[in-house]
Amino acid sequence: MTTGKTGEPHDRVDGRAKVTGQARYAGEFTAPDLVHGFVVGSAIARGKIVRIDAAEALALPGVLQVYTHENTPRLAWRDRSWRDMVAPGGSPLRPLHDAEIRFSGQPVALVIAESFELAREAAGLVKVDYEAAPHETRLAEVESEAHEPARGKKGYTPPPKPRGRADEALAAAPVRVEATYEHPPLHHNPMEPHATTVIVEADGSLTIHDKTQGVSNSRDYVCKVFGLASDQVRVVTPFVGGGFGSGLRPQYQLFLAVLAARELRRSVRVVLSRQQMFTIGYRPWTRQRVALGAERDGRLCALIHEAVGNTSRFEDYCENVVPWSGVLYECPNTRLEYGVAALDLYTPIDARAPGAVTGLWALESAIDELADALDIDPLALRLKNYAEEDQDHRRPFSSKALRDCYREGAARFGWHRRTLAARSMREGALQIGWGMATGIWEAQQAPSQAKALLTVDGRLHVASASGEIGPGTYTIMSQIAAEQLGLPLAAVRFELGDTALPPAMIQGGSATASSVGSAVLAVCRALQHTLLKLAQALPDSPFGGRTLADVEFVDRGLRLRSGVAPAVPLAAIMRHAGLGSIAEQATAIPDLARQSRYTSNAHSAVFVEVAVDEALGTVTVRRVVSAVAGGRILNPKTARSQILGGVVWGIGMALEEHSMLDHGLGRFVNHNLGEYHVPVHADVPAIDVVFVEERDDVVNPLGVKGLGEIGIVGVAAAIANAVFHATGRRIRELPITLDKLL
Amino acid sequence: MLPGMGDDTCAITLKVNGSTLRLQVAPWTTLLDLLRERLGLTGSKKGCDHGQCGACTVLVDGVRINSCLSLAVMRDGASVTTIEGLAEGDALHPLQQAFIENDAFQCGYCTPGQICSAVGLLAEGHARSDDQIRELMSGNLCRCGAYPNIVAAIGQAMRPRRDA
Amino acid sequence: MNRFGYTRASDVGEAVHAAANGDAAQFIAGGTNLVDLMKERIAAPSRLIDITRLPLRAVKSLPDGGLEIGALVSNSEVASHPEVVSRYPLLSQAILAGASPQLRNMASTGGNLLQRTRCYYFYDAALPCNKRAPGSGCPARDGVNRIHAILGASEHCIAVHPSDMCVALAALAATVHVTGPAGARAIEFAEFHRLPGDAPERDTTLQPGELVTAVALPREGFAAHSTYLKVRDRHSYAFALVSVAVGLRMVDGTIGEARLALGGVAHKPWRDPTAEALLRGQKPDDALFAAVGEHLVRDARGCGHNDFKIALVRRAVVRALQQAVAGGPRA
Repeated sequence: MTTGKTGEPHDRVDGRAKVTGQARYAGEFTAPDLVHGFVVGSAIARGKIVRIDAAEALALPGVLQVYTHENTPRLAWRDRSWRDMVAPGGSPLRPLHDAEIRFSGQPVALVIAESFELAREAAGLVKVDYEAAPHETRLAEVESEAHEPARGKKGYTPPPKPRGRADEALAAAPVRVEATYEHPPLHHNPMEPHATTVIVEADGSLTIHDKTQGVSNSRDYVCKVFGLASDQVRVVTPFVGGGFGSGLRPQYQLFLAVLAARELRRSVRVVLSRQQMFTIGYRPWTRQRVALGAERDGRLCALIHEAVGNTSRFEDYCENVVPWSGVLYECPNTRLEYGVAALDLYTPIDARAPGAVTGLWALESAIDELADALDIDPLALRLKNYAEEDQDHRRPFSSKALRDCYREGAARFGWHRRTLAARSMREGALQIGWGMATGIWEAQQAPSQAKALLTVDGRLHVASASGEIGPGTYTIMSQIAAEQLGLPLAAVRFELGDTALPPAMIQGGSATASSVGSAVLAVCRALQHTLLKLAQALPDSPFGGRTLADVEFVDRGLRLRSGVAPAVPLAAIMRHAGLGSIAEQATAIPDLARQSRYTSNAHSAVFVEVAVDEALGTVTVRRVVSAVAGGRILNPKTARSQILGGVVWGIGMALEEHSMLDHGLGRFVNHNLGEYHVPVHADVPAIDVVFVEERDDVVNPLGVKGLGEIGIVGVAAAIANAVFHATGRRIRELPITLDKLL
Repeated sequence: MLPGMGDDTCAITLKVNGSTLRLQVAPWTTLLDLLRERLGLTGSKKGCDHGQCGACTVLVDGVRINSCLSLAVMRDGASVTTIEGLAEGDALHPLQQAFIENDAFQCGYCTPGQICSAVGLLAEGHARSDDQIRELMSGNLCRCGAYPNIVAAIGQAMRPRRDA
Repeated sequence: MNRFGYTRASDVGEAVHAAANGDAAQFIAGGTNLVDLMKERIAAPSRLIDITRLPLRAVKSLPDGGLEIGALVSNSEVASHPEVVSRYPLLSQAILAGASPQLRNMASTGGNLLQRTRCYYFYDAALPCNKRAPGSGCPARDGVNRIHAILGASEHCIAVHPSDMCVALAALAATVHVTGPAGARAIEFAEFHRLPGDAPERDTTLQPGELVTAVALPREGFAAHSTYLKVRDRHSYAFALVSVAVGLRMVDGTIGEARLALGGVAHKPWRDPTAEALLRGQKPDDALFAAVGEHLVRDARGCGHNDFKIALVRRAVVRALQQAVAGGPRA
C-alpha cells in the first residue's frame, strides 16, 4: 500500500492513463453528430479583405458551411465582453468580425465539413483578395515609440520608482559594463495543438472540451461573447497536452468552434494545424539595455535596466521584465524601466516564467560581464551583492535560501575547479566553458475552492476546477488529501478541469500547488473537523474535549497523538453517526494582510558546462546542475521533472529557438517543427536537480512556492555565460546559433 | 489496378492491435486519421501532421513509423500496433511501466509516440549507450522536456530485470 | 490535401503505364515527403500510383564489383546493410545523419533522391515561390534566407536540396537507373539533380513518367578513408546547414583519389571535380585542405542571412578531410 504522504516521491496517479493512450485531450472527444472545422488564415499582415469567394469550397459535397466576416452574426458589442480573465488592456481580437486584417495568419474563414480531410481540402479552395496596407514587424523601427502598457493585465506590476541616482552613480563608478540584449519572438509550441470540441447536448447546452489552462476562463469567455447563461456552457478538460502559457487565454479556435456549433446546431471540432500554432501568442521580442556600475571590490553601486517588448496594435501585452533587477542584488542606485511597442503581429501571451526569463537573461549576462571586467569569480560577485531584503519594497523575504542554492549547486557542479579566464579550459579541439546564473520567480497564491466527499467505504473524492497541463496536479493534490485523512493514495481520486466543479485559479504562474493545494488542504481540514466532532460522539470516546491539534489521521483512522491506542477507523466513526458519506467544500484565500508584509520568491542557481567546436561554431550543453529553493517539495519526483523541463526550455531559448519573421511579408516563416527548432533528445544531457531545504510559513499554508517557472529562469544566461567562458565571445542576441560563433 | 480500387474509397484489411479489420478508406486518409477519427484509437497523437514531431509514431509490422505521413490505403494487409495495443490485459508493457517509474512524461501528449518509438528502438537493437538512445529517439519531441527521464526509462527497459 | 485516385501497381511496366495515362499522376513509395507536400497543397496529384509492391527491394552485388540498391529499399535498410556498412560507410553515415529513425524506416532510396527543398517559402502555399508557382517570384532572396543556397543559385530560386544521402551518392559517383515510357536508362548522379536556372520547378532531369528503379554504386567505396560531416542547428533531426561527404583513397600516405561533395549549399548535391583534382597526388595537410575549401567557395554568394555558410564550408571541408584521412568521423 502506498501511503499518500507529501514530501515523498510518488509515481503519477494519472500515469497509467497517459502510458496506455487512455488520457483524452480536447481534440479527442467526439459525438455522433460531430463535424470538423478548418481555419483559413490571412496571407497578409495588414490591410483589408476586399473579396472572399467560398463558392468552390461550398460546392464540395460534404462541406456544410464557410464562415467569414460576411456571414458571421454580430455578437457581443463591447470590448469587455471579449476580454478574458487574463487579457491585457486593449481590444481583443474578434475573429471573423470585420474585413480588417491585423496580423498575418489572422483567421479569415472557417470551413465546416463532414470530415477533417474534406474541411482541410475545402479550406484550400477559399479565395481571398486583399488590399494590403503598409505593415511594420521590426522592433527596432518602433522601439522609440515604446509606451507604458495600458492598464488591465492581471499580475503586471509597473517597474518600481528609481532608488538613488543611478545614472550619476554609473558615471562615477570605477568599473562599468553596459550592453544591449535581445531575444526574438518565441512560440510555445506545446505538443498538443490548440483544439476545441464543442458538443451540443440534447437540451441545446454546450459541453466544450477546450485546450485551456483555465476551464472557467473559457466558459466565461464563451458566455460573454455569445450571450449565454453560465449553466448553458460547461467546459471539461481533464488533460492538456502542454500549455506553457499558450492556454492561459482562449485562442481563436474556441470562438470558431462555438460559433459553428451554435449556427449549425451540431457538434464541432476545430484543431489548429502546427502552422497555425504560429498565429497565436508567443513570448514577445524584447530588447534590453543593462548598465552596471561597481566598486573595484565588486560591490554594485549602479544598476540600470531598461526593456522594450513588442505587443500588437490592438492590445498591450506586458510582463514583469525589470522588477527582478531591483530585488535580486543589493544596490543603492537603481533605475528600472519598461515599455511596450506595437507591431503588426498578434498579441504576445505569457510564456513559461514570463518576464523573468527575459529580464534575467539580460541581468545575469550583465553580471557575468561585470565579473569578467572585475576579474572576479561570477559566483563570488553574486555572493558579494546578495540582497538580504527587498530594497524596492523595504520588506524582508518570507524565505530566501538562494545562498544554499549557490553553495550546493556549486559543490555538485565542482565550480571551484573552474579557471577564471575565458578560453582557459580546453579538451582536445573543444573549448570548454563553465557558466552560471541566478533564477528568480514570484511565489503567488490566488483564491481557489475545492470540494470533497468521503464515503464510508474509505474512498475520498476531491475536486476543483483546476487544470493538468503536466506538472502533476492530479498527483500532488491526491497526496495532500491522502495525507490529511490518513488514506492510501489509491483511495483518493482527484478530479479537475470541469467548470461544474468549484472554481480554481487559472493554471499558471507556478501557483497551482500553492492555490489549489491550499484549497484541498482547507477542504480536508473541514472533513477532519467534522470527523472529529462525530468521533467525539462515539461511546466512551477518547476524543472528548480534544481539538484537531491533539489528533492525527493515520491508517484510515483517527487517533490521539499522545496515545498508544490504535486508530479508530473513519468508517466506524461514520457508521456510528449513520452517515454513508461526508461532503465538504472550502475556499482558500491568501492571507494578504500577512503576505503583503513580505516579499516571497523562489530562487535557483544554475550551472552549465558547454563544449564549443570553434571551427564549426557548434555548442553542446554537456551538463547542467540546477539548485532550486522552492519552498516545501510535495513530490520530489514530479518536482524534479518540472525543473528538467524548465532547463530544457532554457537550452532551446539559448541555442535554438527563433520564430523568424519575414519583414517584407510580416509573417513568421519557419512555422513548423522542422524549422522552428525545439530541443531534441540529442540536445539534452544529464541534468542534476537539487532542491535545497527551505521553510516558509508565509507564502501559503503548505509552504510551497511553485516550480513550473523557476527551472527555466537564468538558464539562457548561464549558457551564454558558459559560451563566453569557452570562447571569449559574448553573444547578446539569442539564439546562439553557430553562425554567431564562426 | 487491383479489383475494388475505385477512385473514391478502397477496401483494405488491417490488423490493428491484433484484431483484423476490413475497412473502406478514402485514399487521402492517413493511417493516423484513420486510427484517431474512424477507429477511436486516439492514443496515437497528432502533434504536427508532418513527420516533424513523432507523436504519431506507431509500429507497422513491428517497425516504427510516422503514421501521419502514411496513407492508410497503402498499408493494406499490414499489422499495426498502437499504444492501446502494448499492454497485455492489465499487465503493462515493460516500457510503459518504466515510463511511469521514471516519470518519463509530464503532459502526456508525446508519450504514446515516445513509447511506441522506444519499442521500435529496442527491436532494432542499435542502441547500446545513453547517447545512442538519445540519437535514436531524436525523432520524438517532448516539449515538457522529459528527455532525461525518457532516456532513463528506456535504459531501464533495455536491461534485463533483476527479478526476471 | 486534394482528393485523388489511387492505383496500386504490381510491376514496373504497369506503374509506368499508369503514370503515362494520368496527366498529373505521381508515384508514391514511402510518402514521407509527398504526403507532407500534399497536406500543404504544394503537390496535388490527380492520381497516386502506389509502387510499394514492386519488386525493387533487393540489394545485390554487381559483376563489376559495385552494389545495386533497389529503389524501394528503405533508408534504414540501406544504412544498416552489411555490404553498405563495410564497403560504403560514407553512405551509411550520411543516411543516419538525416531525418529520424521513423522517417528512415519509411523513406525509400528512390524517394530520397526526389525530396523537395525545405525552403520556408516553397512550403507556404500563401506565399509566392517560383519553384511552386513558376513566375510568382522568390521572396527568399530578400527574405529569411539562412538555410538557402550559396552556390549555383539563380535569380529565380535560391533553394537547396535537403538530402544527406544524395550528398554521399554524389561523392560516390553513383548511377541512377530509371524506367519510363521510352524505356530504361541510366543517369550519372551528377546529372540527376539540376540547378534552378530559369526552371526552378524542376529538381531533376527525370522525364515525365520516369520511375527510379535502382541506384548503383561503383566498386570503389572509399571505405578506409571517408566521412560524412553534417553541420546543423541542433544535434539531431535537423536539415544540414552545410554537409560534406569525403572519400579518399590513400596510397602510401598520398591522396590517390579524392571525392568531395557538399550538401546544404545548392539546389543539388555540389560536387566540384576541380576541387578533387587539387587533392589528387598530394600529401594531406591542413594548408592543402584550406586551399580546397577556398577553391570550393570561389564563386559562392550569400544573400545576407546565409553569408555564414561560405566561411562554414571552408571550415567544414578542412574538418571533413582531416577526418577522412584519419579514417572516419570517430577515429
